[in-house]
Amino acid sequence: MTRAAQILGAAGMAGTVLLGGCEIGPKATQQTGYRGTGMDQIVNVRSAVKAAAIPAPPYALPDDSGPRAKETYQNVKVLGDVSTERFNHLMAAISQWVAPPEQGCNYCHNPNNMASDEKYTKIVARRMLQMTRQINGKWSSHVKTTGVTCYTCHRGNAVPAYKWAIAEGVADPDSIVRNKHGQNSPNVAVGYASLPYDPFQTYLNGKAQIRVASSSQYPSPNHVVSIKDAEKSYGLMMHMSTALGVNCTYCHNTQSFRSWSLSRPQRATAYYGIRMVRDINGEYIDSLTGVFPAYRKGPHGDPYKANCQTCHQGQSKPLGGISMLAANPTLKAPPMPTAAPEGGAAGAAVPAVLANPQAMTQRQ
Amino acid sequence: MASYQNIFTQIQLRGAPEMGPALGPYDFPRIGKPGFSYWMGKIGNAQIGPIYLGGLGILSLMFGFLAFEVVGLNMWASVGWDPVQFARQLPWLALEPPGPEYGFQLFVPLAKGGWWQIAGFSMSASVLLWWLRTFRRAKALGLGTHVSWAFASAIWLMLVLGFIRPMLMGSWAEAVPFGIFPHLDWTAAFSIRYGNLFYNPFHCLSIVFLYGSTLLFAMHGATILAVGRYGGERELEHITDRGTAAERAALFWRWTMGFNATYESIHRWAWWFAVLTTLVGGIGILLTGTVVDNWYLWAIQHGYAPDYPGTGVIDPATLPGASQ
Repeated sequence: MTRAAQILGAAGMAGTVLLGGCEIGPKATQQTGYRGTGMDQIVNVRSAVKAAAIPAPPYALPDDSGPRAKETYQNVKVLGDVSTERFNHLMAAISQWVAPPEQGCNYCHNPNNMASDEKYTKIVARRMLQMTRQINGKWSSHVKTTGVTCYTCHRGNAVPAYKWAIAEGVADPDSIVRNKHGQNSPNVAVGYASLPYDPFQTYLNGKAQIRVASSSQYPSPNHVVSIKDAEKSYGLMMHMSTALGVNCTYCHNTQSFRSWSLSRPQRATAYYGIRMVRDINGEYIDSLTGVFPAYRKGPHGDPYKANCQTCHQGQSKPLGGISMLAANPTLKAPPMPTAAPEGGAAGAAVPAVLANPQAMTQRQ
Repeated sequence: MASYQNIFTQIQLRGAPEMGPALGPYDFPRIGKPGFSYWMGKIGNAQIGPIYLGGLGILSLMFGFLAFEVVGLNMWASVGWDPVQFARQLPWLALEPPGPEYGFQLFVPLAKGGWWQIAGFSMSASVLLWWLRTFRRAKALGLGTHVSWAFASAIWLMLVLGFIRPMLMGSWAEAVPFGIFPHLDWTAAFSIRYGNLFYNPFHCLSIVFLYGSTLLFAMHGATILAVGRYGGERELEHITDRGTAAERAALFWRWTMGFNATYESIHRWAWWFAVLTTLVGGIGILLTGTVVDNWYLWAIQHGYAPDYPGTGVIDPATLPGASQ
């Protein structure tokens, strides 16, 4: 073998090793923003999450006529104004969506006294029905007209597959042994980055400020945000990216992550989504803390809660954007008014530059 | 194949090892019995050793070893002294600086960032002692101190990142963690927090000099190798006594791009590009958070960032009745 062949061989080997870092397979690319800004989505067609099959309804949806559920049954607190036929239809659907098949109705009900609240699962289910209607009504800013049903999260499981509880703490926070300060671990929650891996308690149960970049070009005592806060906020963004199967530019223009007028409308949808999840966790799931048995709770005794992954499960639109509301109108609620722009202008809280960078540049 | 077209050094000199001039009465002795290595000779001088470590070198290595151990043992402790997990998780492990609650406090509890302070101090001491060593060795050999000042430029960036800027910001939490992925994630978080570092003009300059350095190095190395067949590697002689190698190298670049550096000036080009990379980089970091809080806005205000058509999306937090 000549020397040139040896060199070529070595270069070929090195090239092959380097290519090991690449993802093999066809990609689907889509430009999502102004040219030259890197606004695009690149999806590996083979590894993309496929739309899950929507289970067929238990039987044809009956009319909303006849006696009301509260007239037929006792102890109906949420769905009393629905017709008995539709109430029964929803119950059949829920047992299909949530209850383990071998238990069926008995997962929540005492078969000898269906009205009894003795099983904790029934109390949880009642609260979850209220939550579902709240999501479909108040949070139409996030779920639009697609809405959600129990199946959006549960997918046939008694407990949704993707959930979180407050991360297990360290035995001794004053020691360095087994103490990672809540970060620097290969954790799927933050896309295997070394970022803080429990952004959920801070941002999806608490109301910590996610915005870390300043709205003023110069430092100000009104905006003192540590880089450590930026890392935590970044961890939440990695979770959202993983949960939706998208990259940063699905919402943001990387020219300025902070600027809304450069962002895609999806960012506003996500903004409402974060508030929706806070509502779900704070108002609905946390209120069941005393109801859940210990084996349905995390290491700190808090119930398992929702994050973006709970519904989205790797898709930018849960269940591929298919709405199950038409087949289950009982879960609908009258849409509540959402904030709409008045006069199309941003409020005074937005610095003029962030609202309209073009005008600032033209002024020069 | 022509004798100069090789990727490794062709010539190795063998003889009695070069021991260097006699040392002064207060110097440490040079260490190590010199020998020759054929394979090292392929990429450099075949003679290995002796080395002059001296007092500064010994102190520097001690502080360097201390910093390395403090970082490594903290990482190992964070996985409960498990050697397998230490190896598996090593890219993720870190020694983090103190949190913002400690401000720029001198003594922070060890587990809360005090170890980071010790590691940072030791690393800085090690590097500064090594700098002094390069300066003293250059003087001892009657050289200029160009290497020391180039090294000082890199030390400047390191100290700005880990000490000077945190001091001006009044918070150790602004400093960089020790760790492979953690320092990279820190870098990304730093850019996001301060509104996109790419709009920091000193960051731009630093990138220009960094990429420019690699370009100049490639151009110069290639030029000298190409004229090696005419004795072009005798660069210092060609500065004052241009031979055909210098003439041909100059003509090549002048005919190619209209301008050529000289055998002297090319080395000044390279030195300044390398030095300015970290010098302006350090200035850019120093201004971030202290003078400018959002580089994108700063760039927009100064007509420096390109404007793209807006998407018409409005911050929901500013809309009436918005949930916060």
